[in-house]
Amino acid sequence: MPPESLRCKECKTPYPLEARFVCERCFGPLEIAYGSLDADPAELRRRIHGGPRSLWRYADFLPVAAPPPPALEAGFTPLLRADRLAEKLRLEEVWIKNDAANPTHSFKDRVVSVALARARELGFDTLACASTGNLANAVAAHAAAAGLHAYVFIPADLEEQKVLATGVYSPRVVAVDGTYDDVNRLCTELSSEHDWAFANINMRPYYAEGSKTLAFETAEQLSFTLPDRVVCPIASGSLFTKLARGFEEWLSAGLVGGEMPVFCGAQATGCSPVAIAFGEGHDFCRPVKPDTIAKSLAIGNPADGSYALDLARRTGGTIEAVSDEEIVAGIHLLATTTGIFTETAGGVTIAVLKQLAERGEIDRSERVVAYITGDGLKTLDCVRDSFSTWQIEPSVESFERVAGELAVPA
Amino acid sequence: MAVSVKIPTQLRAATDGEATAMVDGETVGEVLDALYERYGELRSRIAEDGGLRRFVNVYVEGEDIRFLDGLETEVSDGDEVTILPAVAGG
Repeated sequence: MPPESLRCKECKTPYPLEARFVCERCFGPLEIAYGSLDADPAELRRRIHGGPRSLWRYADFLPVAAPPPPALEAGFTPLLRADRLAEKLRLEEVWIKNDAANPTHSFKDRVVSVALARARELGFDTLACASTGNLANAVAAHAAAAGLHAYVFIPADLEEQKVLATGVYSPRVVAVDGTYDDVNRLCTELSSEHDWAFANINMRPYYAEGSKTLAFETAEQLSFTLPDRVVCPIASGSLFTKLARGFEEWLSAGLVGGEMPVFCGAQATGCSPVAIAFGEGHDFCRPVKPDTIAKSLAIGNPADGSYALDLARRTGGTIEAVSDEEIVAGIHLLATTTGIFTETAGGVTIAVLKQLAERGEIDRSERVVAYITGDGLKTLDCVRDSFSTWQIEPSVESFERVAGELAVPA
Repeated sequence: MAVSVKIPTQLRAATDGEATAMVDGETVGEVLDALYERYGELRSRIAEDGGLRRFVNVYVEGEDIRFLDGLETEVSDGDEVTILPAVAGG
């Protein structure tokens, strides 16, 4: 599928494949328009199987002239069958796509890989972003690996683990006094003034395409079949909608058959503009001021909110929100049933999955895939004080004194 | 009230390349009307049904007007009004 042009998602005006993201006629978002596939499903499958063990095995469906030389390879993360979690939720088939198993421990390695590859093709020497943390990690690391300069803009109150895990790559870290939405507004202005490749602003059409590879991998790991239902976190709505685009592209390429999965979106109650609009039956989102521990999802003004609403509705899905307490409980539920320690965004996803299962909205026989987009080591503070420790002297007597309390229930 | 309006790159073809425009108005709506008076093409790019297109964000002194009074938001002398595309980030 060779990329042919950028095209406005609303009014369809075409533009050359440059660093631009907005239609000058109607201000709609630009996306990639591809030409026809040059291969049948058998040939495509051969190319995929013969490709690298990274997202570049799907290069036929990505907006770059050629895959870049191997550097910090992203993607090809585990899809695990989570039978113990399924049993707790009284479901039969639950899978966890663990995208924390990427080079910088979040799905942002995918989108940055594609944005960076295209930025290099366009001749940029500086990569930048507005980030809630995970993107900053990925931009800093991939820019370092490729020898580019990096500027990352973050809200000043970001989790320390995310700031440290970014700073180690020596990018220019700019902490902005404000919310992510303030950072995003600032960077949108800066992208007019500086000749930088802003991954999620002027490179956004390319960047967003990287998320399709989560759908491709899911389908490939399920032996070229589709899930019945997906549960996925929503911040801007870009991952949610591009996951659908990935499945749609493979359906039309003939690589998979059947129906589109039901799309369920997950937000935190403290920042749920898309879930609120879904519940109220609106076609677009009113912005909110975020107040949640799920900082990686704290986007009050989601760029793809209206498209996420449309996707949930047309696939018979939903968009739900969960409280901070439910998020922490979700993190524990995943950890104690699968061994995977996820960050707050994953807690949101698991809490929504649990909510839907308990409400009986998921048929027992459905094959459900939940997307875990980041690593718990980046949001350690949220699990502080959520369990007990027993301090003892190094003696048998000291242990035996607390052994009663420690006994595991039969 | 005289305010300065910052024009994003994507609209500068409609403002003869100008990045900032000084216009008068008591509210954001009046400021935008004054801007459309000067640069007729801007109206068709960002306005729709008497309001703003879905993908246009307008800020007064850095605050999204949807948290204020929308187009009725009053402006003060010297305020900075910023027009930006809404489809960035995430």
